[in-house]
Amino acid sequence: MNAVLIALLLLPLVGAAATLVPGLFGPNEQTAGRRALYLGVAVTGGTLLLAIALAAGFDRGHSARTQAVTDVRWIPALNVRLHLGVDGISLPLLLLTALLTFLCAVYSVRRLPDGPDVPGPRGYTGLLLLLETGMLGTFAVLDLLLFFLAFEVVLIPMYFLIARWGGENRGPAASRFILYTLLGSAIMLLGFLLLGLDAGTFDMTALAQRHGSGLSHTTQILVVLAIGLGLAVKAPMWPFHSWLPDAHTAAPTTTGSVLLAGVLLKMGTYGFVRILLPSAPEGMTTLAPYLAAFAVVGIIYGSLACLALVRPGAKGDLKRLIAYSSVGHMGFVLLGIATLTPVGVNGALFANIAHGLITGLLFFLVGAIKDRYGSADLDRLAGAGAGAGAGAGTGAALYGRAPRLGGLLAFAAVASLGLPGLAGFWGELLAMFGSFQPAAGLSRPAYLVFMAFAGLGTLLTAAYLLSVVRRVCMGDPGDPRASAEPTTPRFADVQTYEFAAWTPLVALTLVAGLWPAVLLGLSIPAVRALLGGS
Amino acid sequence: MTDLAVAAAGSLIQSIDWRAIAPPLTTAVVGLGVLVADLFLPARRKPLLGWVSVAGLVLALLSLLPLRHGARATFCFSTVAGATDNSACSYVADRFAVLFQLLVLGGALLVALISVHTVEKNRLPSGEYWFLLLSSAAGAALLPASRDLATLVVALEVTSLPAFALVGLRRDGRGGEAALKFFLSSVAATAVMLLGVSFVYAATGSLQLTRIAAALPGVPGQLKTLALVGAVLTLVGFAFKIAAVPFHFWVPDTYAGAPIAVAAYLSVVSKAAGLSGLALVAVVGFHPYGRTWGLALAVLAALTMTLGNAAALRQRSDAPYSAVRLLAWSSIAQAGYLLVPIAAAGYGSANGSDPLGATLAYALIYGVVNLGAFAVVSLVAGRIDDYRGMFAARPATALAMAFFLLSLAGLPPGVIGLFGKVVVFRAAVDAHLGWLAVVMALNVVVALYYYLAWTAKLFLPAAATEDASGARRVRSLPLPLPLAVCLGLAAVLGVVLSVAPQLVLQVASGSLFG
Repeated sequence: MNAVLIALLLLPLVGAAATLVPGLFGPNEQTAGRRALYLGVAVTGGTLLLAIALAAGFDRGHSARTQAVTDVRWIPALNVRLHLGVDGISLPLLLLTALLTFLCAVYSVRRLPDGPDVPGPRGYTGLLLLLETGMLGTFAVLDLLLFFLAFEVVLIPMYFLIARWGGENRGPAASRFILYTLLGSAIMLLGFLLLGLDAGTFDMTALAQRHGSGLSHTTQILVVLAIGLGLAVKAPMWPFHSWLPDAHTAAPTTTGSVLLAGVLLKMGTYGFVRILLPSAPEGMTTLAPYLAAFAVVGIIYGSLACLALVRPGAKGDLKRLIAYSSVGHMGFVLLGIATLTPVGVNGALFANIAHGLITGLLFFLVGAIKDRYGSADLDRLAGAGAGAGAGAGTGAALYGRAPRLGGLLAFAAVASLGLPGLAGFWGELLAMFGSFQPAAGLSRPAYLVFMAFAGLGTLLTAAYLLSVVRRVCMGDPGDPRASAEPTTPRFADVQTYEFAAWTPLVALTLVAGLWPAVLLGLSIPAVRALLGGS
Repeated sequence: MTDLAVAAAGSLIQSIDWRAIAPPLTTAVVGLGVLVADLFLPARRKPLLGWVSVAGLVLALLSLLPLRHGARATFCFSTVAGATDNSACSYVADRFAVLFQLLVLGGALLVALISVHTVEKNRLPSGEYWFLLLSSAAGAALLPASRDLATLVVALEVTSLPAFALVGLRRDGRGGEAALKFFLSSVAATAVMLLGVSFVYAATGSLQLTRIAAALPGVPGQLKTLALVGAVLTLVGFAFKIAAVPFHFWVPDTYAGAPIAVAAYLSVVSKAAGLSGLALVAVVGFHPYGRTWGLALAVLAALTMTLGNAAALRQRSDAPYSAVRLLAWSSIAQAGYLLVPIAAAGYGSANGSDPLGATLAYALIYGVVNLGAFAVVSLVAGRIDDYRGMFAARPATALAMAFFLLSLAGLPPGVIGLFGKVVVFRAAVDAHLGWLAVVMALNVVVALYYYLAWTAKLFLPAAATEDASGARRVRSLPLPLPLAVCLGLAAVLGVVLSVAPQLVLQVASGSLFG
């Protein structure tokens, strides 16, 4: 089993290195590019297979135990060990990462941004594979410094993906992304060092077993503050979210937005659950109410921002709207963690996966819509503001022009707003449920207030997502041309490669919604172990 | 004083441990040999001198091998009984000294490889150039092994004096100005340091570092101030050498005016030598004043990195010589990081590991990647904007440059740069210098911005208009053999260390002295 996990991490890295070998793909630039893309598909596909093999070999009866463990010395001088392993918390995230990366690779074969200033697919494939290594590494390592290393590995590839293959305003967006994240992670490193030096070990499992014994209250608070800041920037928690909308909007759909929202944000919340909850429980108890408060502000803020964007005439960008909705959804995840209860944390982990699936799908769909309309401007998509000039507006809405695409968008939107029976429902419900009965030592009235606001947040979320469906799929009412504009050509509905990339996400959204036990069964024992068996 | 007298009475001839002093000695002898050989070589054979110097440095590096295990000491004072007293020796080849010599001589070797190209391109007088370079390297190799203030000062001057001449070798207006600026500020610093040394001698009655440390707590009351002032002034001299703020202002102009190989030399070898001297004087000599200079060095480190990074950030990428100037400012910032563990050493360590090891490990890493970056700069030179499109023109060099820059920034794939910063952070956190760690963390982020901007330039397509001339120049130059060797060495070292950081980070654990 541990060989599978090691292969899982090494395969993308080797693939990334292979793209650097000169002349490997033949002399012709054009065919070399295509071959590189196929290599990307093959490698990410192989990685996905390995991840599935890992899941198949995983002993579900003992999901609290770390499995597929490798533990060898790497840098004795720093007390760093190559300690890898998976348990019920990291396994779903590993699968999600492998799946989303594979889908991105498949999708990129057909839809890679092209242009005079855009570099070839070779570099793209290399960066994508390097990114995958970092993401998988983050979820597979069990050593603090190794976690930090993996956390940093994703920065450079993502920076270049945004800066070179991105859309409008990509340079500043990419810089902002990397500077914000690095600022957070530099402080996080100090927290890791403080924690590791005080506890005498950098091993996450050892730290988790101690449950903070031997660490003074002050140290725990400092540790939670420093590490929490780094993770909160990544998650992102309001008010550290401001890098996110720009980065998501500018990032290329095919990897940037999907992986950014689907996986990178999870690295932050995963760190909270994996490191802070078990290693510094006292510090978490002290600071959890603040975390919850920020999370709730994030929920409300995210949905209000989306509502403002979806208003007619606001010239809101659909991609930006989905990005802001991520702030709200991640707010639920953070709220679940901040309850410090098994229910809340399980809900948070569930919402993590659900958000990865649904928002991944949403970004894919928005990318497809943007390709077809040439814009993601909501007013244009809704057919409003067309003016008098012929052809200035795009006319009929999505249902009329590409019904399947419209249907999928509506599906993803209602899944995102948390319709029961789809993946988005359980996580947010459990997070609020945890908030109803927070852990001992936390003020219940405060958490009841948080819960009430979170509930309001779900209403607002429903409001903006339904507005999106109404405006984009059905067109603005009162616009006579929504139905009567025969001159606008119908454009292609969902293509085969798009079906291939999206079907797994749709199916998994349904599965997770109808049969939540498949995920919760994995995470419940693991979370109980992390929270100290309570 | 009695010791001296007895030593003279016992035996006038000291036995010298030649093996211990072989590294600096080999370097110096080869340097002299090159100077003499220059007189007899015909002009077209002059390039041979460069390769002789390279071979000499390799030889000096090899002579470090027998010194790996156990400390050797020579030039010791004899005790009354006539036996040599190893606690008071002027030359000690312990782990600290040998590792710094490895850094200094290895750095000089890489610089020599860059120089073969520079000497040829700038038509520098080769005999003089190689003699000066090797002399300075010999001084730099002597410095970390010296254990008394007189030897330290002599070694520091042996390092510096040839460096002034090297900076001025280009013999144009800017080279002259650079050399003069460097010379004047350096001489002022030396004068201040000598004053400090004399104060310390007056207060403690000894020039031996270990004896000074033993005598300092017992200094009579009226001499206490004298001893403290002396200590501060002595440290100032070394702070100048490593270009710590506020003794940094000579750096950008000097680097930009000097031949690029010399700038590389100043940024790594001369800086490492100064650093070892500072560490020796502070940690061994002025140990009892640890809290005082610990705080002073911590403040100095914070100022140095902040100012260096702020200035590097303001460096415009289209200004002339911006590449070298940016590296100059960044080397100032890096000196700030290097000072952090020395400052931490003043506060003592909680878990027994020597904070100085972090400085040494970081200096070794910095030496490799910074010299790699300088090797690329010596090929292209000019403005940072000239690096546009480098990846398209010469992919291997551009990838190496990207690796060096990201290692300097401390981001993967430059894993070794990251772990180098981790050990420095660890030293600071361990010594409870939390504020300094936070300042450094902020600086690392700021520094990332300019390193990354430069890295991104490498992969941009070459601009169509007037910048094309620069890019074309990049493309048209073939990669000379010595530069290729230097780049390859630095890149391979960097990659190997990234995969197995233990090789260099083991320096950071365990004791360095004794």
